[in-house]
Amino acid sequence: MSDTAAPRGIRRGELGKLASWDGIIIVLTVLALVVASLAVPNFGTSRNYTFLVLDLMPILLIALPMTLIIVTGEIDLSVASTLGFTSALMGWFWNNGLSIEMIIPLCIVIGAVLGAFNGFLVTRLGLPSLAVTIGTLALYRGLALVVLGDGAVADFPFDYTGWVTGTIGGGSIPNVLLLLIPLAIVFGIVLHATPVGRALYAMGANDKAAHFAGIRVERTKFWLYVASGAVAGLVGVLWTLRYSSARADNGSGLELAVVAAVLLGGVSIFGGKGSLPGVLAGVVLLAVLQNALRLQDVSGQALNIVTGALLVLSVLLPNIVTSLRTTWHRRRLRQAAA
Amino acid sequence: MIRTHHRLLTAATASLLVLGLTACGGTTKDSNESSGGGPAGAGAASADPNAAIKEGLKIAFLPKQLNNPYSDVETSGGEAAVKELKGEYKKVGPNDASASSQVSYINTLIQQQQDVIVVAANDPNAVCPSLNQARQAGIKVVTFDSDSAQECRDAFINQATTQGIGESLAKMANELAGGEGEIAILSATPNATNQNAWIEVMKSELAKPENSKLKLVKTVYGNDDDQKSFQEAQGLLQSYPNLKVIVSPTTVGIAAASRYVSSSNYKGKVAITGLGLPNQMREYVKDGTVKKFALWNPADIGFLAAYAGAALASGKITSAEGQKFTAGKLGDYTIGADGEIVLGPPTEFTAENIDQFNF
Repeated sequence: MSDTAAPRGIRRGELGKLASWDGIIIVLTVLALVVASLAVPNFGTSRNYTFLVLDLMPILLIALPMTLIIVTGEIDLSVASTLGFTSALMGWFWNNGLSIEMIIPLCIVIGAVLGAFNGFLVTRLGLPSLAVTIGTLALYRGLALVVLGDGAVADFPFDYTGWVTGTIGGGSIPNVLLLLIPLAIVFGIVLHATPVGRALYAMGANDKAAHFAGIRVERTKFWLYVASGAVAGLVGVLWTLRYSSARADNGSGLELAVVAAVLLGGVSIFGGKGSLPGVLAGVVLLAVLQNALRLQDVSGQALNIVTGALLVLSVLLPNIVTSLRTTWHRRRLRQAAA
Repeated sequence: MIRTHHRLLTAATASLLVLGLTACGGTTKDSNESSGGGPAGAGAASADPNAAIKEGLKIAFLPKQLNNPYSDVETSGGEAAVKELKGEYKKVGPNDASASSQVSYINTLIQQQQDVIVVAANDPNAVCPSLNQARQAGIKVVTFDSDSAQECRDAFINQATTQGIGESLAKMANELAGGEGEIAILSATPNATNQNAWIEVMKSELAKPENSKLKLVKTVYGNDDDQKSFQEAQGLLQSYPNLKVIVSPTTVGIAAASRYVSSSNYKGKVAITGLGLPNQMREYVKDGTVKKFALWNPADIGFLAAYAGAALASGKITSAEGQKFTAGKLGDYTIGADGEIVLGPPTEFTAENIDQFNF
């Protein structure tokens, strides 16, 4: 998979840009938005767009650092548990009389610390990130249950819960876009317009070569995990405020939705390939499909089937030509032998 | 180059922190207490008791999760009621019963401009903001099975009151004992809140003159464990040879006691009753071990919820205490305190009617 030597980002004048998978996904997403707005009753209203943004917010935010991590060939599956843990802590802090203005940064810092622990295990001890983060997935969720048990804390101030679900000046633009857009731009610039971003692709393509080229592979990866944890902590806060409910089981299973969206956006799970605009489109495409199909009364199970099929296709299609060619070639060889 | 990337990553992390530190006023749990829970959804619209129930109302059911046999029975009652009311029935729901998974479905129902949402809340607070948005959009919200916070819904269908269940247990014990004799209770755990409350009511019922010849000899605890309940039932019959009735206000206990009695020579001599599930109890009712037991009828919960929702959406009632409406075959209902509507005494299951129930 990592046979492409050059990192593939979105750059002006790049040949075949539209034919690349992220290009296709972006076009598909715009198409889905237009078709849904025109054809699905009640889809194209500002209230529904607000719902749409709120539904995709947690996946989109976590997908930002996840994209960078997967580009380097690693993965972080502990994000949803980090979210759950910070959500539970938020409830616990609130019950113990801390002010919400203290709790929010504290939760983000704790998220960063949890991420740093992942980063330490992966980079300093050289453990495989898949194994490490499956471990911390269970560990952090377990800690969340220790903090809050089965209980829920709900009495957060309306100024904050209302801000998360509200719109700018009561208009049609959701407040949370004020967080989503700047963060997406920051991560986009890091990945696509800095030497760091180029270094991430290099690591994904070949760790050793990147190391010998003078890139501090481990330190960079460590900080990616810290960023991932911090963002998961922030999403833990936003999730808690959106649902006015701090619970240990918040966000269970979200890591799979994030990884699915990132892969759908054209990032290779083996690293070295992919772009942030593609990932953003992947997130939006999944959310638009879910929202539109739900408005058409398609059942939850059918929704899962659609999402799953789309994901399989996204992994399959870019390779389908190659696979077909190989099969065809083998068959001809067999025929020649016979 | 490395330095730049450090700076960028640290800057990204730091900017996250700053975003959190927007205000320095310090809102804590204590200072928040007075500010209340959020926007009031319900207008002070007045009810018109003579209003006709509108036809074509769009009534949507949102159970805790789909494909749960118990909630399927509940919503089937709702479907029957909506059909009677000539409305449009719809059932949607998540595949998992997590706190937040219902919210997107509520949002969808708002967009679809339903008239009534009947919801069993997975989390009393997580659904609140969306339910209030629904009510601001003119949708009536009825909760069943599991209530949301009171300020987010118009009415709650309470399946049974503690008083109603306690009375029903005492009444069945009296009937089965023939008005006199020894009875015993096989409960869940010694500190089970529901069971203890029901037993308290039952005891005060037994103190009444009509039950004066009934003697409660012992209360034992099977801990809602099948084997322990089985042994406790066995122990009761050995210690009290004249025992006439075992009352078990828990589905595990009643099934275990029935299993013991049906396979022993006490069969036909000792009656078992209490709260049980028809599917678990069917064989013991058929073989004569159990004459009668009770539970609320889940289908009636959905049925009543649909009628209450239709009455709300037609302006026949608001959620004010004391207002009355009729729920088809179930009869007349009055809204109680806090917008609660009590389904009524539990349904009694006997050999005659048990085959009509599948849950």
